Amino acid sequence: MAEILELVWILAKIVVLLVPLLIAVAYMTYAERKVIGWIQLRRGPNRVGAYGLLQPFADALKLMLKEIVLPLNANRGLFVIAPMLSIMPALAAWAVLPVGQGLVIADVNAGLLYVLAMASLGVYGVIVAGWASNSKYALLGALRAGAQVVSYEIAMGFALVGVLMASGSLNISEIVEAQAGPIWNWFWLPLLPLFIVYWISGVAETNRLPFDVAEGESEIVAGFHVEYSGMAFAVFFLAEYANMILISGLAAIMFLGGWYSPFHGLPVLGPIFDLVPGMIWFCLKVAFFLFCYIWFRGTFPRYRYDQIMRLGWKVLIPVTVVWLVVESVFILTGFGPWF
Amino acid sequence: MQAIRDFFNSFLLVELLKGLKLTGRHLFDAKYTIEYPDERAPQSPRFRGRHALRRYPNGEERCIACKLCEAVCPALAITIESEPREDGTRRTTRYDIDLFKCIYCGFCEESCPVDSIVETREFEYHFEERGEQIVNKQQLLAFGDEYEAQLARDRAADAVYR
Repeated sequence: MAEILELVWILAKIVVLLVPLLIAVAYMTYAERKVIGWIQLRRGPNRVGAYGLLQPFADALKLMLKEIVLPLNANRGLFVIAPMLSIMPALAAWAVLPVGQGLVIADVNAGLLYVLAMASLGVYGVIVAGWASNSKYALLGALRAGAQVVSYEIAMGFALVGVLMASGSLNISEIVEAQAGPIWNWFWLPLLPLFIVYWISGVAETNRLPFDVAEGESEIVAGFHVEYSGMAFAVFFLAEYANMILISGLAAIMFLGGWYSPFHGLPVLGPIFDLVPGMIWFCLKVAFFLFCYIWFRGTFPRYRYDQIMRLGWKVLIPVTVVWLVVESVFILTGFGPWF
Repeated sequence: MQAIRDFFNSFLLVELLKGLKLTGRHLFDAKYTIEYPDERAPQSPRFRGRHALRRYPNGEERCIACKLCEAVCPALAITIESEPREDGTRRTTRYDIDLFKCIYCGFCEESCPVDSIVETREFEYHFEERGEQIVNKQQLLAFGDEYEAQLARDRAADAVYR
């Protein structure tokens, strides 16, 4: 009986986390179209519901009513599994992310490793989709995505090693605890280069502009998901946005002090701002990063493929390695309020 | 020296930040979109939309079947047949415009010596059946009656420039 209750409790926690997450994903598509529109001096969707707020549901309905076309000679099993493979890790990684103090489904000690593992699993969906589609564009897109994600995984991993060194723990809640304090106590300041490298590789990991060569609609049509239609395509779409939210959530936790308010621990402002629940602060930080994703998309042109590789291997990885050395010196000398 | 400056500029992402600043400013700029069914862009008095045949104020149709419009039409969209009327004046018995062939160049309007065939400001129209795109004399005259006030105003406004 106790086990069943435990199971129901865990399921309830998962539902409570995933439902807002999926709604956030839906409205992320809306926010993207709005912000890109504003940047391009347009208005964005504003016809479905007030301010176009029902647009995501209209889109979802349209995609659900569409036919899922199986290409001739496609590998049926893999073709169907690929979208699931790509959305599963993006959602599963949320199991260890604390959205507030103690608000986490699984407080795992190796949480950071688990997150890295899940983030890397996402690329299998893309590769399998590209392979199973039996299309040259899809295959090219999958190859590009594979090489790009593997390269940027290293820079991202190194950047997170910096966080690991600074906090001395793999447990994500403890990483946040280590940043307890006002805004200058968070890891973004002592680890600024790592923060920027993490963010750049995070954008590359999710195959977003300016690193969207896996999709590259002007070069290889739509890359790995050319052959997908209807709901299967929608799942890829959801996976991309869920991944963006995941990477943003990680950035908020690793570098921007998770659920802490920017004035935490200060004499007067601290208690006032602590009245706002930590979950709100976390969501605000995530929203900031998500806005940056859209802002980058509205600003930067796509990188050429070899430039992406050069940036990953010859710039980002050396920068992280150098800063890891600098950070070890910080730690040994007990520099600043951080170490 | 320049090389060093370039190195630091690219390392500190200076140009990327400049780009972000530009798009960030556009985010709050006034938007150009005209939300068409609710708002409309201004139209010139010379707007060339669907055609109409005009009448004189006494109700007499202007067209004298000179066929200049038929001759000048680059798309061969106009077909005219004419016969003398009982009072001896020459009038059209058939005046068809194929709106699919028409390229809305306005030459017919320019060529008309009596300002009979004109193009109205009407551009929101559609056809539901095959063949409806060929509008005949009765329909054109009816359009002319419908838009006469607007047509007279537009021609008066444009007269200064002719």
